[in-house]
Amino acid sequence: MARLTYPLRPWRGAVLLIAGIYFLVPLLASLVFTVDVPGQGLTLESYTQIFSADGFTAALLRSVGLALCTVALALLLTLPAALAVRLSGSGRLRAVLEVVCTLPLVVPPVALVAGLGTVLKWGPDHLATTPLYQTFVAIQNPSFPLVLVFAYVVMALPFVYRSLDAGLRAVDVRTLVEAARDLGASWPRALFAVVLPNLRTALLNASFLALALVLGEFTVASLLGFQPFAVWIVQASGDNAQLSVAVSLLSLLLTWGLLLVVTGLARTRGTRGARKSRKKEAV
Amino acid sequence: MTTAPPRTGTALTIRGLRRTFGSAVALDGLDLDVAPGELLALLGPSGCGKTTALRVLAGFERPDAGEVLLDGEDIVPVPANRRDTGMVFQSYSLFPHLSAADNVAFGMKMRKVPAPRRRARAAELMELVGLPEHGDRFPHQLSGGQQQRVALARALALQPRLLLLDEPLSALDAKVRVQLREEIRRLQLELGITTVFVTHDQEEALSMADKVAVMKGGRLEQCAAPAELYDRPATAFVASFVGTMNRVPGKPTSDGLAEVLGVRLPVDGPATGSVFLLRPEALEVTEGGPDTVTSSSFHGASTRLTVRLADGTEVKADLPSHAAGSFGAGASVTVRPQRRPVLAAGEAA
Ligand SMILES: Nc1ncnc2c1ncn2[C@@H]1O[C@H](COP(=O)(O)OP(=O)(O)OP(=O)(O)O)[C@@H](O)[C@H]1O
Ligand SMILES: [Mg+2]
Repeated sequence: MARLTYPLRPWRGAVLLIAGIYFLVPLLASLVFTVDVPGQGLTLESYTQIFSADGFTAALLRSVGLALCTVALALLLTLPAALAVRLSGSGRLRAVLEVVCTLPLVVPPVALVAGLGTVLKWGPDHLATTPLYQTFVAIQNPSFPLVLVFAYVVMALPFVYRSLDAGLRAVDVRTLVEAARDLGASWPRALFAVVLPNLRTALLNASFLALALVLGEFTVASLLGFQPFAVWIVQASGDNAQLSVAVSLLSLLLTWGLLLVVTGLARTRGTRGARKSRKKEAV
Repeated sequence: MTTAPPRTGTALTIRGLRRTFGSAVALDGLDLDVAPGELLALLGPSGCGKTTALRVLAGFERPDAGEVLLDGEDIVPVPANRRDTGMVFQSYSLFPHLSAADNVAFGMKMRKVPAPRRRARAAELMELVGLPEHGDRFPHQLSGGQQQRVALARALALQPRLLLLDEPLSALDAKVRVQLREEIRRLQLELGITTVFVTHDQEEALSMADKVAVMKGGRLEQCAAPAELYDRPATAFVASFVGTMNRVPGKPTSDGLAEVLGVRLPVDGPATGSVFLLRPEALEVTEGGPDTVTSSSFHGASTRLTVRLADGTEVKADLPSHAAGSFGAGASVTVRPQRRPVLAAGEAA
């Protein structure tokens, strides 16, 4: 092992350096561009402008809301299905679920929008006299377009399912549930006290992927005419170059921060357990 | 163990248990009786339904027919989480996110036992299984044998009426296996808990059980004490599955005896057919004669010879090693049965 990795060491540094340059130089350039405005010297005006710009908070909150709804709905759909398939032990059902959840990957967002758009146009015309008409109106409420959640759930499905599947592979859910039930846990208790804690990392990963996807999504939202954060950025900054770059940098930071939070949450598991038991011993 | 342990456990009775999976019949009318405080080993070849039987007892599997009586009360309708059984699984089944002590305390937590009592009892149990220092280790920090010890402590924590063990030692190496099975037996006797122990290792079954039930194709072949099972197997299947058995041609004689290898021997059971069963240790080997030693293998105190008889039949004979020294491969010998009752192989074989 050591013999193998030692000569590779310098390469690691080189790769890190190249990757660092590749990612950091544009970031730094962007930063310089936003704070060093020609004719004004160093100024943070671009950033202060963002927060006072029209619709910033609304768009950001809208996006976060959409993201949280998407995560919740996607997990609610995939987790029970994935668990049920594992517990039933049926390989055929598992294959079906896997194909269904992977399918959205082959549908480009543009095609998804085309389909959705058609339905949204067709629906109200044909259902004008039924209560469903109200539903169609409600899900397209511009301040919180639920229809986007549905679209995002479909788009996030492959990623969410993959993360969950990876987590489920690492534990023997069936034996764990049976062990818990043997020890007097009801089905819900077995699920919450044993299965979910062991899927924690997988759940966090799935959530993060879905969050990142929704926060950065542009195509579907813009083509359907809604204005979450990504769309707002483009529209708000179309005429102001400094402002638009500043917003991009900020959203990058936001996503990055989210990633850190999720990784941090995933990491605390072992240490927290150890701390807890140490405390117990002291008692 | 010279002092008789207190027999306070629960009586288990299984009647006509059936379970099919599609066209596969896992249990085909299984009957069993386990006395209070007894350790029953469930022995049988792979796929004979041992795990299925245990899972029915634990409540993870519903039988198509039949009943499971604990002290006379049918528990089939009772869901697994209210059954009062403790199970140790074949695969490592500790909860990975909980420390060993928390694993042991899990059942008590489900029963809402207050935390201080839980902790004290978990520590007590960890001590009982010989791991007093390992309470705050996580499962991945324990060896396989230690994990199974913790699993045992966890299963015992609620003082179940029935302890179920599904090949708990099969993933461990030979030395740990022997050590742990002795410990399981010691604990089981100490606690007087009625226990069903699934294994496909006959040595394990014979060495630790009060009674051994041999299964075949979802049915019970024979249930008896180890010595009886070995000396008087009820069927040819049991005879060949438990220990090594030689099948030797012979013929019944008119006076109810049988002539085997030129010696007239009493027969256990009806003397029918032309094949008789003899244990390797029931054969004597003397120098010179029509039979040929084909191989010999040394097992410490005893040596096992494989001998081709004059008629081509191969038999195995166990001799004390000091007596077997002169019989190398190719030696000419005579094989004779000792004067003890033999068993007819019967039609089934
Ligand atoms: N969930 C299931 N679905 C379909 N068939 C099953 C299932 N569980 C068990 N079987 C079948 O029932 C029969 C008995 O299985 P079981 O697991 O009880 O055997 P076993 O005696 O425990 O074998 P082993 O010693 O290999 O563990 C086998 O033929 C098996 O294929
Ligand atoms: Mg089995």
